[in-house]
Amino acid sequence: MPEKRQFVPRIIVEAAGNRWDLILLPLVLAVIVLLGYGGAQMARPYHLGETLTISLDPVYLPYYLLRTTLRMFLALAGSVVFSCVFAVLTTRYKLAERILVPLLDILQSIPVLGFLSITVTAFIALFPGNLLGVECAAIFAIFTSQAWNMAFSAYQGFRTVPPELNEAASIFRLSQWQRFWRLQLPFATPGLLWNMMMSMSGGWFFVVASEAISVSNQNIKLPGVGSYIALAIEQRDLGAIGWAIAGMLVGVLLYDQLFFRPLLAWADKFRFEEMGSATAQHSWLLDFLQRTERTRRLFGLLPRLLDRSLGQFRLRFDGTSVRSQPAARGRVSERVTDAALAALVFYALWMLGSFIHAEVGWAEVGRVLVLGCYTMIRVVLLIALAALVWIPVGVRIGMNPRLAERSQAILQFLAAFPANLMFPVAVVVLVRFKLNADIWLSPLMILGTQWYLLFNVIAGASTIPTELRYAAQNLQLEGSLRWRRYILPAIFPSFVTGAITASGGSWNASIVAEYVTWGDTTLEAHGIGSYIAEMTAKGDFPRIALGIAVMCIFVMGFNHFLWRRLYRMTEERLHF
Amino acid sequence: MNASLVELKDVGKDFLGADGTARAVLSGVNFALREGEIVALLGPSGSGKSTMLRIMAGLIPADCGEVLYRGLPLYGPADGISMVFQSFALFPWLTVQKNVELGLESKGVPERERNERAQAAIDLIGLSGFEGALPRELSGGMRQRVGIARALVVQPEVLLMDEAFSALDVLTGERLREDIMELWDTRRLSTKAMLVVSHNIEEAVMMADRVLVFGADPGRIREELPVRLTRPRDVESNQVRALVDSVYELMTVGGIRHGRVTEKEIKLRLGDRLPAAESSRMEAIVELLADEPFRGRADLPMLAEESGLDDKELLDVTTALTLLSFAHLDGGDIILTPLGREFAQADQTQRKTIFGRQLIENVPLVAYIRHGLDQDPSGDLPEQMFLKLLSYRLTESEAEAALRVAVEWGRYADLFAYDYTKGVIHLPDAAEAAAK
Repeated sequence: MPEKRQFVPRIIVEAAGNRWDLILLPLVLAVIVLLGYGGAQMARPYHLGETLTISLDPVYLPYYLLRTTLRMFLALAGSVVFSCVFAVLTTRYKLAERILVPLLDILQSIPVLGFLSITVTAFIALFPGNLLGVECAAIFAIFTSQAWNMAFSAYQGFRTVPPELNEAASIFRLSQWQRFWRLQLPFATPGLLWNMMMSMSGGWFFVVASEAISVSNQNIKLPGVGSYIALAIEQRDLGAIGWAIAGMLVGVLLYDQLFFRPLLAWADKFRFEEMGSATAQHSWLLDFLQRTERTRRLFGLLPRLLDRSLGQFRLRFDGTSVRSQPAARGRVSERVTDAALAALVFYALWMLGSFIHAEVGWAEVGRVLVLGCYTMIRVVLLIALAALVWIPVGVRIGMNPRLAERSQAILQFLAAFPANLMFPVAVVVLVRFKLNADIWLSPLMILGTQWYLLFNVIAGASTIPTELRYAAQNLQLEGSLRWRRYILPAIFPSFVTGAITASGGSWNASIVAEYVTWGDTTLEAHGIGSYIAEMTAKGDFPRIALGIAVMCIFVMGFNHFLWRRLYRMTEERLHF
Repeated sequence: MNASLVELKDVGKDFLGADGTARAVLSGVNFALREGEIVALLGPSGSGKSTMLRIMAGLIPADCGEVLYRGLPLYGPADGISMVFQSFALFPWLTVQKNVELGLESKGVPERERNERAQAAIDLIGLSGFEGALPRELSGGMRQRVGIARALVVQPEVLLMDEAFSALDVLTGERLREDIMELWDTRRLSTKAMLVVSHNIEEAVMMADRVLVFGADPGRIREELPVRLTRPRDVESNQVRALVDSVYELMTVGGIRHGRVTEKEIKLRLGDRLPAAESSRMEAIVELLADEPFRGRADLPMLAEESGLDDKELLDVTTALTLLSFAHLDGGDIILTPLGREFAQADQTQRKTIFGRQLIENVPLVAYIRHGLDQDPSGDLPEQMFLKLLSYRLTESEAEAALRVAVEWGRYADLFAYDYTKGVIHLPDAAEAAAK
């Protein structure tokens, strides 16, 4: 065959691609054009005081969906870059690890909405006369809801790279750049991807809050699904809410199928074998893509560029060079930085103390602490309730492989679905039946996060070794004994993982869930979430800060005294 | 004498104990790897063989002394030194070809040359046809071939092998070893010297021109044994058998700790590590020794073959048996003592009694634990206390290993019981009842 080919001009032979290209190439181009159009709309001239009109006509919904999705993906890209930089710094430099990791721990327990009012002004000042400033503020807000768990997952991944692989990388003298692309990032990819998907759902949750920004007594509503919903809530338009729900469904479905599914299926090769065999992901799009010729070449451009860069950024000297001489490490310098850090922390605490004393007074602090306790009780009760409901269901599904496989897609979708769209419905019901807001608003907190619980229980139940199952059947374990001695201990580790995520999400969601508006009706439950939401609505900065600080303390306390201990215990004792 | 490639002069390596004082992992190591030779390192676990290998590889710095490569100081991994890992250490997301190319890619070798050289290494090591496979698709033996091809493709002068065959089953390991030796003998490798860390005595004798036997606490080179046999060597030949015997002898006499050639019984101290020998394995070996064909006296290599244990496991068991005076060593032979015979003939309860008595007498750690429990009103103590005590002289993992052995022995002898979930050592129920 090749002999024949040389008589035909190259262009004719190679230009055609194949029939898969015919279908996929236009699709790819269409996506690029759409992204370009959306991007151009983001950088329009804009002056503070102009009103951006939002229409409730469902015809505009696809456009709004495009704008919102674009924002979310930009934020996601930012989060990925942030996570990688964070992970590289913390694994490379001891000092960075000691400062950045606790810092991130604090940042991640700070509720997202708190950032918005602080950063908006700065971003607008950055791009005067352009909409980009407001866009950036919105993107940044979404970023803050996505970045932290991804950064932690990357850090965790980088740190748990098997030591012998690190040694091999050193022996074959990979530079930091090469090590990052060849070893660290691939190893961290499965965890990072999983967290990207979680972050994406988490981002939807705050889209409403981040697109409708109030600054200097003005309400800016950026074109997007969030603003659409905000407007629908203002105008009490239940029909529009229905359209928004439908639009979001389509949006979630699209990026799941077009982005995450192919990515997951492709990333399957990064699964480290000793991690056990999770069921392999499939994606029609990836299968499709791998059949094309031209389109694939288009996508192959990046890896080739990367390969070339690997050769560029290499170590120019080896261990025989005087430059590899170990730097003298003094323990004194370590102590000095420790002392400096401690001093800084104390200074910050003192500043905070005097600020609170001057601005709000200690009585307010006490009140907020009590409110925090209310919310805590809600979180604990709800997790317990959700556990009661979802553990039996999850075990049933997880023990049945076929059921598990079928339900997986549905569940991922449910988890990705923004639960706050249901809030208006809840308000209508609550007002109609005159229900107590303190009790009946609470379930909203866990509406979106309960799925993590179910998810993990299913995963736990499906990894129970078959021999153990047979043994339990053989011993005829039944009733409470079966649960206490066999199933509960077996799924407990995954339950804890799920509960950690669910509880963190619930705290965050309390800001939205304890303070719900529908037109001019506002329902409020007593709790720290509603306190922060209310102060944000009023624009009372010191009280927002106080609320955030207290919530931060609660969440961190929860993490340190309950979850981390449970987690460590399960890691040591309850595993197969 | 040939020029030395890598040289260690008075090299030492410490680690910090729990009390902040340094304990030596390696001390006073003088060694030169010369052109044209293969050197094997043997020794009990924890004797610092792997540490020495990693110092030579430039992976970890020496705390004192000098490391020279071609007469110049070595501060980190160098171009001419390559390594094969026990666990293969392949990058699971890269194909065989890409894995092999790793060391070339990092140097910025152009793609075409990279492909050619990788292909040559792949052909050399017998992997052709598998270039596009991912490591997870390959068997253990094939994976290690990838590991070796990856190490050879950079054309190293020095090849370091860290127990490269011990993760493979016996047959596969032997075949791979033979393939490498054939390449070496026919001078088809650019490699000028090899250092092989192993716990398989036969493997060391078959490969090496020199065998170094390490001693522990602190790790150092205890003995050096030249192997002047022509290649290829025959496993069954008398010379090889005799050498294997004498290495066994070298490794068992003087016990784990002392290093002096003495056949007196070994007295342990409280904070010493214990040989990793389960009681059931000790029982099995004692029974094997008492029976035909050994009748109380066995040549160690023969015993290894008969019991199916590898050298490390067997040496641990023999050490444990001598420790409890169930056996003693004579040359390369192990001989059952009268007590050992009694133990072999006893029933389960008697065995436990004998074992317990010997433990209390000879293993200070077990005696100390039991003593503590007897004195404690509640009859239980957290394991953490003992771990802390051990960690003054051992690393964390060594301390854990030592305590695990002590607990296993103590459990077997009914001296004490252990609650895994709580991490608490307590008196066995019967003794507890008696105490009350």
